Amino acid sequence: MLSRVANSVYWMCRYIERAENVARFIGVNLNLLLDLPLDASLQWSPMIATTGDQKQFEESYSEYSYENVLRFLTFDRQYQNSIISCLQFARENARSVREIISSEMWEQLNRFYIDLKEAEHSSFAQNDPHKFFLMIKMRGHMFSGLLYSTMSHGEPWHFARMGLMVERADKISRILDVKYYTLLPVGDYIGSAYDNIQWAAVLKSASAHDMYRKRFHRITPKHVADFLIFDAEFPRSIRHCVATAFDSLHKITGSPYGSALNRAEKCLGRLMADMNYADIEDVMELGMHEYLDSLQVRMNEVGQEISSTFFKLTPAVTNGLSQQ
Amino acid sequence: MDFTNYQLDNFYDELFESLGKPRPGSKLLIERLESLSGESILAKQKAAETMLLQMGITFAVYGNEEGAEKIFPFDIIPRIIDGAEWDRIEAGLKQRIFALNAFIDDIYNGRRIVKDRVIPEDVILSSKTYRKECEGFSPPHNIWCHVTGTDLVRDSDGTYYVLEDNLRCPSGVSYVLENRQILKRTFPQVFEASNVRAVDDYPNLLLDILEYLAPESVSAPTIGVLTPGTYNSAYFEHSFLARQMGVELLEGQDLIVHNGFIHMQTTKGLQQVDVLYRRIDDDFIDPLAFRPDSMLGVPGLMEIYKSGKLAMANAPGTGVADDKVIYAYVPKIIKYYTGEEPILPNVPTYVCAEQKERAYVLENLDKLVVKAANESGGYGMLVGPHASQAERKKFAQLIRENPRNYMAQPTLALSRVPSLIEDTIEGRHVDLRPYILYGKEIYVLPGGLTRVALRKGSLVVNSSQGGGSKDTWVVDRPE
Repeated sequence: MLSRVANSVYWMCRYIERAENVARFIGVNLNLLLDLPLDASLQWSPMIATTGDQKQFEESYSEYSYENVLRFLTFDRQYQNSIISCLQFARENARSVREIISSEMWEQLNRFYIDLKEAEHSSFAQNDPHKFFLMIKMRGHMFSGLLYSTMSHGEPWHFARMGLMVERADKISRILDVKYYTLLPVGDYIGSAYDNIQWAAVLKSASAHDMYRKRFHRITPKHVADFLIFDAEFPRSIRHCVATAFDSLHKITGSPYGSALNRAEKCLGRLMADMNYADIEDVMELGMHEYLDSLQVRMNEVGQEISSTFFKLTPAVTNGLSQQ
Repeated sequence: MDFTNYQLDNFYDELFESLGKPRPGSKLLIERLESLSGESILAKQKAAETMLLQMGITFAVYGNEEGAEKIFPFDIIPRIIDGAEWDRIEAGLKQRIFALNAFIDDIYNGRRIVKDRVIPEDVILSSKTYRKECEGFSPPHNIWCHVTGTDLVRDSDGTYYVLEDNLRCPSGVSYVLENRQILKRTFPQVFEASNVRAVDDYPNLLLDILEYLAPESVSAPTIGVLTPGTYNSAYFEHSFLARQMGVELLEGQDLIVHNGFIHMQTTKGLQQVDVLYRRIDDDFIDPLAFRPDSMLGVPGLMEIYKSGKLAMANAPGTGVADDKVIYAYVPKIIKYYTGEEPILPNVPTYVCAEQKERAYVLENLDKLVVKAANESGGYGMLVGPHASQAERKKFAQLIRENPRNYMAQPTLALSRVPSLIEDTIEGRHVDLRPYILYGKEIYVLPGGLTRVALRKGSLVVNSSQGGGSKDTWVVDRPE
């Protein structure tokens, strides 16, 4: 398939997944809000901290209020990772590959964007944020459902799935990190009921609460991290995402597992091997935030290698009038 | 909704013979419209617009930072053409396109028509769209204009005239196909009972032609639609056609010349491309051959094309035959290559390069429509009766400075079709662009794109100037 098309399909999915996950971040905090003791005020700055875009936020907004954070992450077109910006990019990419994706996918994404643009001018998001962000999450689910069930599982589809998985792995690590940045009201809340409530909120925003309960029954920070990082079966765990991306990558190149034809396979293969042979004890030893941070750096590298392997093919011959 | 206040205003009406009397093919539709309440007609119109928006059938509006898009305005009341009448139009278009193709082939190879003094050589050589690069070249099967969109208009006495031939990259056929999908859902019973000729075969036929052009040595040719990219106003159509034919949608940046062939850059390296349906104008297609500042094309493409290792539709160089001054010679061209009288007449045309005709034009600017030889989309045009004194003065000056570049025609009283205007039905002027495909045979898509000037009294149907579109039904009446 065309390099340009592969690039667009890949980024279309990354942007949709990114938009969905911004909604999930906000969902974590909204869930916390429901469960906090009355006298504690909710912090909104951690939301921005996990994105790594504090500087950009502070350039446009004076305080970390609920309204400002919500506007920045949802409707701010100056901010390239806001939900509306992500959807706009996803849609532009989709538009350039309409002949590759199914009409169902295009129409759903198009409608998603049009509806969001309308919501921009209403007070829907402010007045009923739970419903609003749930809607965004469900639209994201619907898109990945359409991707799975209406598009042939050939090379373009594997690029799409790989984009989805690389993005999801990165964002799950950031959702876990929200908890790291969220300060508890008083030091001895750690390990208390409130602490557990917060961890439950993290699970909920990763759509992981029910599946987690089946495996670990009780909520403990260590188990939550274990589940979201290492669980082999849960489709949003980081390891699962990395393994799925790895599978798509090998379907694209046709090279067998265990061998690497290019730098993308090497880089992603190493990351997967490391995750296969690490466990939660290693994470605790290193420190969870540090571990997640290094994962994010490595996911970034994977993204760069995918891009230079497939999207920026420099042709062997560049002179237009070569040998005939 | 009733037609009691509907007026014909002395124009030819495509759906009514006279007040209150629908033409035979339109009877079912008019009855249906009369049986519906105003509200439910408006609801149908709204539903059609929503469908277009949701399907993303839009064109970009420039200069808006949000990349705003608009749907091409669409009116749900179709234009209806009687089958027998259509058969005559079809025959006329086949004759015309056959002759124009023979003309293009001739002027690049020998110029027999000039030697026989049917058309002066300098009219051809001075055309901006004449391509010296094509001299001595013959495309596969000697076909140059594979896809044509000829604009027809109908005057108040009911005569169809050819207004212009679009032989380069005519657009709009995707609207024909999509409008049909929408109208089938808008008036399902009427549509079914009306015996409308189908248009759905177009992408298959286009693909047949593209395959027919492929070099014989290639058994399974790789075919692509070459687009300027997502910012082009017709991008939807390029993507639509690529999707319907299941071929690649390519941009210039995807293609390079390698080992004497055109290749596309894929995730697995280079892959040879054999046929391009290109939707980039000649000027921009190859910066080495034509405009060096073009970012859209492929350097070296023309050389590969001329070596026969790549086929293109339409062939570069076809534009010479839709020069608006050469247009004036088309009736003679038809007679010269077919030995027949033209079935479809031209609009009477005054060529400003001829002194006598120029004098007439300059004296009658307030009655005439003046057109520049190589503009399209309604630009470079003066509609005399509607223009200001200053505009007419400006055009008089332009004509004197560069007479070769202008021609003029009388203003025609374009026919009208009932159209939904706010909450009433009023007549609006229309033209008709049928699409003609030239492969093993010449095929004419039944109907084509009806463009409608939605502004009251306006005669300009271009989408860039407030025009919209309608579905066009060619209806066969039971014997």
